[in-house]
Amino acid sequence: MDPIALYECVTSMSCIVTQTSAGLIVGSLLFLVAAGLTLIFGVLGVINFAHGSLYMLGAYMALSAYRITDSYVLSAVIAGAGVGLFSLIFERFFMRRVYQAEVLLQLLVCYALILIMDDAVKIIWGAEFQSMGMPAAFQAPPLFIFDGIVPVFYVFMISASAVIALVMWYLLTRTRLGKVVRAAAHNPTMTSVLGLNTAWIYAGVFAFGGALAGLAGALAAPVRSMSPGMGFSILIESFIVTVIGGMGSVSGALVGALVIGLVRSFGSIGFPLFVEGIMFLAMALILILKPSGLLGKEPR
Amino acid sequence: MNHAFKKELLFGLVVLALLTALPLLSPGRVTLDFVIRLAALGVFATSLNILVGYGGMVSFGHAMFFGGGAYTFGLLMQRTEVSIPVALLGAIVFCSLLAWVIGMICVKLKEIYFSFLTLAFQMLIHSVIITWTSLTGGDQGLMGGIPRRPFWGGINVADPNTLYWFCVVIGVVSLLIMRYVLQSPFGYTLRMVRDNADRARFLGIDVWRIRLYAFILAGAFAGIGGSLMALFVSGAYPEFSYWTMSGEAVFMIMMGGINVFLGPIIGAGLLNIFNDIITRTTEYHGLALGVIVLIFALGFKRGITDFVGQLFNTITKKRVQS
Repeated sequence: MDPIALYECVTSMSCIVTQTSAGLIVGSLLFLVAAGLTLIFGVLGVINFAHGSLYMLGAYMALSAYRITDSYVLSAVIAGAGVGLFSLIFERFFMRRVYQAEVLLQLLVCYALILIMDDAVKIIWGAEFQSMGMPAAFQAPPLFIFDGIVPVFYVFMISASAVIALVMWYLLTRTRLGKVVRAAAHNPTMTSVLGLNTAWIYAGVFAFGGALAGLAGALAAPVRSMSPGMGFSILIESFIVTVIGGMGSVSGALVGALVIGLVRSFGSIGFPLFVEGIMFLAMALILILKPSGLLGKEPR
Repeated sequence: MNHAFKKELLFGLVVLALLTALPLLSPGRVTLDFVIRLAALGVFATSLNILVGYGGMVSFGHAMFFGGGAYTFGLLMQRTEVSIPVALLGAIVFCSLLAWVIGMICVKLKEIYFSFLTLAFQMLIHSVIITWTSLTGGDQGLMGGIPRRPFWGGINVADPNTLYWFCVVIGVVSLLIMRYVLQSPFGYTLRMVRDNADRARFLGIDVWRIRLYAFILAGAFAGIGGSLMALFVSGAYPEFSYWTMSGEAVFMIMMGGINVFLGPIIGAGLLNIFNDIITRTTEYHGLALGVIVLIFALGFKRGITDFVGQLFNTITKKRVQS
């Protein structure tokens, strides 16, 4: 516990800027993963416990693509699309079969995928820690905002996530596609009676959620080290985010992700050992006081 | 004690007698070790089935009590001079309290929320074990071995056969107690809550309380399983409370069948065998286990005991018809 350090930080502009930018990048990664998780839950009614593995796959795919193509942006796109395709296959061949089954089976299928993926990554990329390193395009001197240090790549990450958030908001609320997805989430039977193929809507949403996780992995690749099993901690954190924001609510995921990101970065100064405890405490409080989450709808 | 349970008690005692006689026939160490592991994992899996099969609550974080029990037992044995039964009791008390606190928050939630929240709490416990190095030894686990002090005059578990007998007795007795509780009015109330919580509520049952009691009960017995494992391997490791352990437990009960009391034990035995074979043949443990899980989950979609039960039903029906 070091409340004095925390006080000193929040009274200095440079520290606020540095910590806020660090919090925002954690928040944007969490948002991308949690948004996919919550979207899949909102539409399909299942929690994809294997979502962290998709994030891991995205990071490793980006690593390989970057080594081959030498273009970071291209490798991020490849990772997003690749993981999206992978999710589509996983949904069509495995997940689809257990939508109607009990939770036990859904859990087991995801458990199997996590086990297989972690070992597959070990076989393909090796068990040791790997890192991509900062791509050449972003090896510029950091920006100084009010004397706070903000690496250029952070700015890119935050703006990329913001753009994705905006695109998602537009797709979901302003287009026919979004309407169809929301209809399928609200009443799948009615939607299919109206002649829409809900099976493909489900598959599409699952693939889209997976692609978001893959993109998050690609964005994390330059700033985090990679190892098999890296997806699990982000899965737990994004679950906390979705509970705080409200299950099934994408805007809730955004709010939750920013809150958790900032709590992490400022908390690591004031009470480094309790950061995780505080996140859980926040989740427990939300569950007791408002189980539907900050922005979630009351369960039907 | 009703008549049906007396029969089962007798059955349990016969099994206990047979297992006790096993070392006298001098089979290999391998067989005895298998039974000890089966006792620990069987109690653990059956305790999870109290939640999943009888309570309809699919916990994905049950290993937190397995690990919690193992660490409490190990620490009590290492740091204090208490005897094994007292340390076991300490582990039970610790796990019950832990389950009480976590259960109060978790059992309110439905289905998938419950699964994920238990998983999240388990990760919290796991990270506490990893970070609290001075107490738990961090990711190295509880080092230095767990002393096997003799207790009650002459019971010396440092002797392998005595250790075997001790684990078998604790295992069978725990299973009998769980069976007794599940066949009691409480057990049937729990089944009603699983099948129709609203109806139970209308009948004046405090659903939350019943679920919480089941959660505490399951946590306490998982703690016993963890203690037996800690005693056997003479240590406690963070993996005991890792999510893979919970996943294995969920797989054990699914493979054995959740509708028959003994199903989880059969599942525990099978997984034990699978794990032995996998470790011997390949270094890619997760890959092999994952494929087996997928085959069971998507291919059979039910446990072995359900399968046998159904087969039995169709055979007897045919006989009635003909």
